[in-house]
Amino acid sequence: VSVTWLLAWRNLWRHRRRTWLTVAAMVFCNILLVFLISLQLGSYEMMIDNTLAVYTGHLQVQHRDYLQEQRMRQTVPGAAALAARLRRELGIATVAARGEAFALASSEERSFGIRLSGVETGFEPGVSTLPGLLREGRYLRDGKVAEIVIGSVLAENLKVAPGDELTFLGSGRDGSFAAGVATVVGIVHSGMAEVDSAMAQVPLGWFQEVFAMGDHGHAVVARLPSLEQVPAAVARVAALLGPLAGKGEEGGELVVLDWQALEPGLRQAITSDMASAWFTYAVLIVLVAFSVLNTQLMSVLERTREFGVMLALGLRPGRLARLVGMETALMAGLGLALGVLLGALLTWHLSRTGITYPGMAEMAARFNMPERMYPQVSPVSLLWGPLTVCLGALLAAVYPALRLFRLQPVAAMRAI
Amino acid sequence: MRLTLAALAGLAWRNLWRNHRRTLIMLLAIAVGVWAMIFMGALMRGMTDEMVRNGLRTLPGEVQIHHRDYRRDPSVVNSMAPPAPALLRELGRAPVAAWAGRVRVPAVIASERENRGVTLLGVDPAAEQALGALPEAVEGRFLRDGDDRGLVIGAALARRLETGLGKRVVIMSQDPQNEVAERGARVVGIYRARLEETEERFVYAGRAALQQMLAIGDGLSEIAVTADDYRRVDEWYPRIAAAAGEGLEVLPWTALDPFLASMLAVQDGFSLVFMVVVFLALSFGLVNTLAMAVFERVREIGLMQALGMRPALILGQTLVESFYLLCLGLLAGNLLAVLSILPLEDGIDISGVAQGMAMMGMGNTLYPALSGRDMAMSTVVVVVLGLLASLLPAWRAARLDPVRALNTT
Repeated sequence: VSVTWLLAWRNLWRHRRRTWLTVAAMVFCNILLVFLISLQLGSYEMMIDNTLAVYTGHLQVQHRDYLQEQRMRQTVPGAAALAARLRRELGIATVAARGEAFALASSEERSFGIRLSGVETGFEPGVSTLPGLLREGRYLRDGKVAEIVIGSVLAENLKVAPGDELTFLGSGRDGSFAAGVATVVGIVHSGMAEVDSAMAQVPLGWFQEVFAMGDHGHAVVARLPSLEQVPAAVARVAALLGPLAGKGEEGGELVVLDWQALEPGLRQAITSDMASAWFTYAVLIVLVAFSVLNTQLMSVLERTREFGVMLALGLRPGRLARLVGMETALMAGLGLALGVLLGALLTWHLSRTGITYPGMAEMAARFNMPERMYPQVSPVSLLWGPLTVCLGALLAAVYPALRLFRLQPVAAMRAI
Repeated sequence: MRLTLAALAGLAWRNLWRNHRRTLIMLLAIAVGVWAMIFMGALMRGMTDEMVRNGLRTLPGEVQIHHRDYRRDPSVVNSMAPPAPALLRELGRAPVAAWAGRVRVPAVIASERENRGVTLLGVDPAAEQALGALPEAVEGRFLRDGDDRGLVIGAALARRLETGLGKRVVIMSQDPQNEVAERGARVVGIYRARLEETEERFVYAGRAALQQMLAIGDGLSEIAVTADDYRRVDEWYPRIAAAAGEGLEVLPWTALDPFLASMLAVQDGFSLVFMVVVFLALSFGLVNTLAMAVFERVREIGLMQALGMRPALILGQTLVESFYLLCLGLLAGNLLAVLSILPLEDGIDISGVAQGMAMMGMGNTLYPALSGRDMAMSTVVVVVLGLLASLLPAWRAARLDPVRALNTT
């Protein structure tokens, strides 16, 4: 075997330039793939993390129709108690109950329709980054105090500052008229227009009082240490909710939703981005495969006489085909090694400095991403692309190798 | 002996087909590359076009006029008077195709069960029609005129409010004194938009009816202006700005929605980068093919040189051969692209990822846009870079030493 490998290796260098050009095509493609895939994986994870950290969390317990219809009466009974239970059962502190309602908010000068969130003030900072983004004042204190924290753009629109009062008009869970007055204590500035112009949080206790919610809320939100733990946690919470279903009609209507259900756009944005990325990768790989096909076909054709002699000496065509396969494998292996090495170096360098391009800032603002992207080097991102290129190259050698089986020794030896 | 250009061209053509298998493989590679360039370009262009179209519909108009403080403080307080004669004259002049004055205020809409915060638009249906800003599909009817006291709401909003055609809802907003202005109204129409977000956000009311409710006389919140081509807005909007005078803010869509503007600006750049990358992947094969062709013919080239053919002609001959290859590949690639894109121009259903695309301002369907621009761009990239890449093997062919070349085996 080692002799055949040696022969294959020597054959490769009969045409140095051609071999190097073909290897260069593979190396170019590999570097590009390593870089692009690293960038892609890095940005997806960042996009998911950043989006979920703002408000949504990794999983939520809701009334089964609340996500679709968001109606006031689709509630989670005993929301705070359920949140406490989940904290205990999951062994994490980052679980909080919320209530949500639409209301007309009026300051002395302005009125706006807003979405009001009632939050557990002690636990909300654990599930959402918003409480940490205070620009002025302080975050909410406990219990049933009539206080509110709002987004910076909303504050500007309502012309209020900490210390001012806001009046709310809306309807309660039972459809009754709901009204309340709360003092602005803090203003949050996140830089995300959507959040800054809409966010309004009040203590859950006060919220439940004003909107006639009793002990109900609309969601229990949990934030987990990492994305990988989501499926297990969802299963766990679903199991916990199971017994509730038997106890009362209301409890049976609860569902656990993971982040993909809560933010379907996120997964789909990634899917559609992946689709266009796959297209690019596939085109690159096919083009490199063509390059290999051409090289190997040439190298087989120009050795027709040589192969004819070998066949005449009794070598089986299969052995020759294997030789061509080995040559391709060596070439592809060289391309793989160099591509991974150079790709890793480039990506590693860029993962320290970060990259940005024109239009990136606007794009980033829309997708909750930072303005510089840092590719993520991992075994998957390093090896996936180059291995596929390698495979493509080997497949491309099939046609030239098959031609060997059609070779007639006598005719081949006479070929020019 | 003078070798004419025609003879050179003929020679190159025959050389090309001496090893037809190799040529065909290379042709296939170029064709696939060119196809990918144009196809990807068409998809990206289709996406950008759709985003800009949706964006301009939502704004609406390519240019908007507001009270100077309105965008910072979108309140009924910052209303403006109807256009003064100078502005009116400018709005009547080409290229302005249509304009509409609208009242646009934040409001709360309440059914007997639910309420939501919305943006209430007081419109004059005829003017909006000319502007092309009316919802496309309406169940029931749209508003008849500015005095119509009915409301037209989006389908998604109707679902959330648990209301429907003919039902009564209450709208609440504020008047300039910050008193709550409210009025009951009947839902006379339910519209569908490309984006669910739009359906939830905008509620249409008769302009005069809304002005009366808010007690703002004939005050307007914004004037939307449209002309024929959104790409050329910079040519005419300064005239409108001059005519509008000091107290008003006149902005083109590029300033109103920077995301759209930047997407449009970087689109050509992205296409070009993609094309160059694809070409680079292709170029190794191209150089290799030509180098092989030259290598096989070393003796022949040596003989030609010995017979007095000048190096420049040998260089030219190799370049012409490469040029043929590129042109044939381009032809096949373009043909492939046209054939694959035309059947798709009615739209590709992307509703499976609709909510993800909605984040970018896209609807349920992607319309690939086959554009001469992409085809021209890919042709230029392939021919220019292709000839540049071919220079290397051609140069080597031209510099062969005749004596040595003749003696190679």
